[in-house]
Amino acid sequence: MDAKRGTLWWKILLWLLPAAFLLVFFYQPLAAILRLAFSKPLAGPEQSAALGLTANTFAFTLWQALLSVLLTLLVGLPAAYLFSHFEFAGRKLLRLTALLPFILPTVVTAVCFNTLLGPRGWLNLGLMALFKLTEPPVRMLDSLPAILLAHVFYNSSVIIRIVGGAWSRLDRKLTQAAQILGANSWRVFWEVTLPLLLPAIGGASLLVFLFDFTSFGVVLMLGGPRFATLEVEIYTQALYLFNLPLAGLLSLVQLVFTLLVAWLHSRLSQPRYGKSALSAERANLRRPKTRAEKAFTLVVVLVLAALTLLPLLSLVSRSVVSLEAERGARGEAQTGFTLRYYRELFHNPSGSLFYVPPAAAVRNSLLYAGATMLIANLLGLLTSYALRCSGRLSRWLEPLFILPLGASAVTLGLGFVIVFRRPPWDALSFSLLIPFAHALVALPLVVRTLLPALRGIPDSLRQAAGTLGAGWARVFREVDLPLLLRPLLVSMVFAFTISLGEFGASSFLSTGSNPTIPVAIYRYISQPGALNYGQALAMSTILLLVCAFGSLIIEKARLPGEELF
Amino acid sequence: MLEIRDITKSYEGKPLLEGISFSVREGETVCLLGESGSGKSTLLRVIAGLEEAESGTLWWDGEEISRMPAHKRGFGLMFQDYALFPHRSVQENVGFGLRMLGLPRAEVRARSRSALAMVRMEGFADRTVTELSGGEQQRVALARALAPDPRLLMLDEPLGALDHALRKQLIGELRRILHDSRKTAIYVTHDREEAFGLADTLMLLGKGRIAQAGTAAELFERPVNAWAAGFLGLGNLIPGVVAGLAPLRVNTALGTFRVDACFQEWEIGREVRLLLRPRDAQVLSGQSERENQFPARVQDSLFMGENYQSELRAGEYPLLIQTEMPLEVGAEMKVAFPSDKLSCLEVE
Repeated sequence: MDAKRGTLWWKILLWLLPAAFLLVFFYQPLAAILRLAFSKPLAGPEQSAALGLTANTFAFTLWQALLSVLLTLLVGLPAAYLFSHFEFAGRKLLRLTALLPFILPTVVTAVCFNTLLGPRGWLNLGLMALFKLTEPPVRMLDSLPAILLAHVFYNSSVIIRIVGGAWSRLDRKLTQAAQILGANSWRVFWEVTLPLLLPAIGGASLLVFLFDFTSFGVVLMLGGPRFATLEVEIYTQALYLFNLPLAGLLSLVQLVFTLLVAWLHSRLSQPRYGKSALSAERANLRRPKTRAEKAFTLVVVLVLAALTLLPLLSLVSRSVVSLEAERGARGEAQTGFTLRYYRELFHNPSGSLFYVPPAAAVRNSLLYAGATMLIANLLGLLTSYALRCSGRLSRWLEPLFILPLGASAVTLGLGFVIVFRRPPWDALSFSLLIPFAHALVALPLVVRTLLPALRGIPDSLRQAAGTLGAGWARVFREVDLPLLLRPLLVSMVFAFTISLGEFGASSFLSTGSNPTIPVAIYRYISQPGALNYGQALAMSTILLLVCAFGSLIIEKARLPGEELF
Repeated sequence: MLEIRDITKSYEGKPLLEGISFSVREGETVCLLGESGSGKSTLLRVIAGLEEAESGTLWWDGEEISRMPAHKRGFGLMFQDYALFPHRSVQENVGFGLRMLGLPRAEVRARSRSALAMVRMEGFADRTVTELSGGEQQRVALARALAPDPRLLMLDEPLGALDHALRKQLIGELRRILHDSRKTAIYVTHDREEAFGLADTLMLLGKGRIAQAGTAAELFERPVNAWAAGFLGLGNLIPGVVAGLAPLRVNTALGTFRVDACFQEWEIGREVRLLLRPRDAQVLSGQSERENQFPARVQDSLFMGENYQSELRAGEYPLLIQTEMPLEVGAEMKVAFPSDKLSCLEVE
């Protein structure tokens, strides 16, 4: 009796801290946005203009997201087939580099494509040198193709991982059974493989759609002034035009729509056919044999390498090459190896337009990322434990924890500005809220990493430890903790890298004198001048390397057989 | 009908099938009996066209089919774990092969109904396969394999996943269905009870080769070697050396045995195994003497329903025997095996 009441109290305590956190840092800002959105009457010429802008922005956001998803599928599905069926040279490396973009900060992605396709990028430099041109011939930036390309770069790994994972675990006997019953390979695909993969394809597509729909950094930096998604428009309206009510309205539209998609996604990702379509182990990979298989492998590998490796290499290489011709008079481009951009990061020469030494941004970001890692994982662990036990309490409270999934970083930033940017918070202490916003952004991924791992620990283990004389704290230390160690490492790396690269909320929260790395990169790259450009590249490269290291840890530490997402 | 010639295949560099040849006559049920890992399922998959042999050929009615893709062979295969399509209903599963034949919808429907009737699953047509029990799935899988009327039906341990009682019942049903449909069939199993119950011809598969082929009775009475006898569970195998010919005498740690039932030539000094079947054991009382007798001590005596099975220890060998009466545990006694019931077997 006492023990039972004791566990109930524990449960309530488990819920309490995450619930309080969400209430203060998520639901309060959310309520403020709602209040703001409805603060003005819905009639009048000004309002109808606002509604028109909202409708247009929504339409464009939807359109580019749909296009991006289609293109991502076009690249991702063949790659998923390749990774789930064939063994080939460079498979591991390619798999890893395909994961990297997923955790790469949006800002770095934008800079990557800038170094490849931008006016100062390799493509244009090459063409200018080749044809002795004085103007960059390719104007890929500030266009829809640039946005789409970056989105495909970003999300093809989602398709590869989810669909490829499902494909490799699809019971081969099912397709063989169809074959024996007289189906040729085309019919086997249409009648068996595709229907069984459809839940995975649908789930992955919706996830990609969600990422593309809420895309901010990429659209802001690669889309130019002509293209704005809801996120970018919220940012512009709030920070440049100070039209907070319109920003609130846009946020509301964004929130409702993303929630709808997130709900659809959770409905779709429920297992449809139980375990019957999955075999216990992955099918064996084989080397491509026929000429067609070899050609297919080659083409997919080349496309993937061009899509993922090229932008990354382009950034790294461009960050260590100086082009003297950029200084002033155009002429023969003198290229040379240099580490100047990196050195400049650590002292602020008078020549630089910038009032903040980049080193300060690095320091800020590292501090915020460390704090985010701790906050997000503490909350994530508590939330996972609370969600693990299914009871009436969980069923009532679970939706409260699901809702933040639908909120975008920019919406969050806007909410923070409305609620907290006033006394007693001054400019400095306001930016101290960054880790809290980042923790909210990271929380969904943290919970998604920890919860399945936690649910995977059979209760009988804890009970066995209990009957052997371990108290609850001892059980946690001896059973749960060792088994959670790897997932915890993964979720910590996730939280850390998400915080390092977070741009949407940070662009609202970081003050002029105290930027984070992505905010600083955005400022540098928006300025003219070779040095500013170079410093943006140098900082991006550093972020890239941190993320590459992070994705290596994630790949090594994730539980075998567990797919991410 | 089906002729298999010299099939070889290796798995991860180790030879799995080393020159398998046999043929299957029309309407015959051939059982491939072998331990797990003996390559029997692989052989089945080669015949089905799901895997390619490294060498050897397959023939059907004089036509070579080694390179024919699986979907054109017109064979049926029932998988060990059934491999029912989880996204289709029972009837759609059964009708799949019929649709692949391009039959009109009405005929697909009628024929899948009658296939379901054959396995007594008519009432389940609209169920989803995931909600069926193991035995029901097994029947649906059989109906699916039979529905397109394949020229050869292959069954890969179809009863493997079921419990003992259900298995016994289904062996009977399978026999009825195979007999009624007069299908040519290859049945793969590691369970001799299934094999004895179903096979017209039994093929004993061991070490990559067919160790012995014949009817169940032939295999039972005249196992080709000690391995076959051991795998079929025929009885106690005692190592010995041939000591005399005509009559055949074998020296063992339990004494010298005289063997009258002899089917092959032996030479002196040859290492052999004696097969002592439990049912042939005679327990001697008092001072009576018989040929082929030796002392043993009772370890355990179990009531088996019809009779008693006792576990004895003779020298260093454990010995199973059948008796009418229970034996007292711990008792010392003499056991004899009549010389006309003993078999002398090659080691391999």
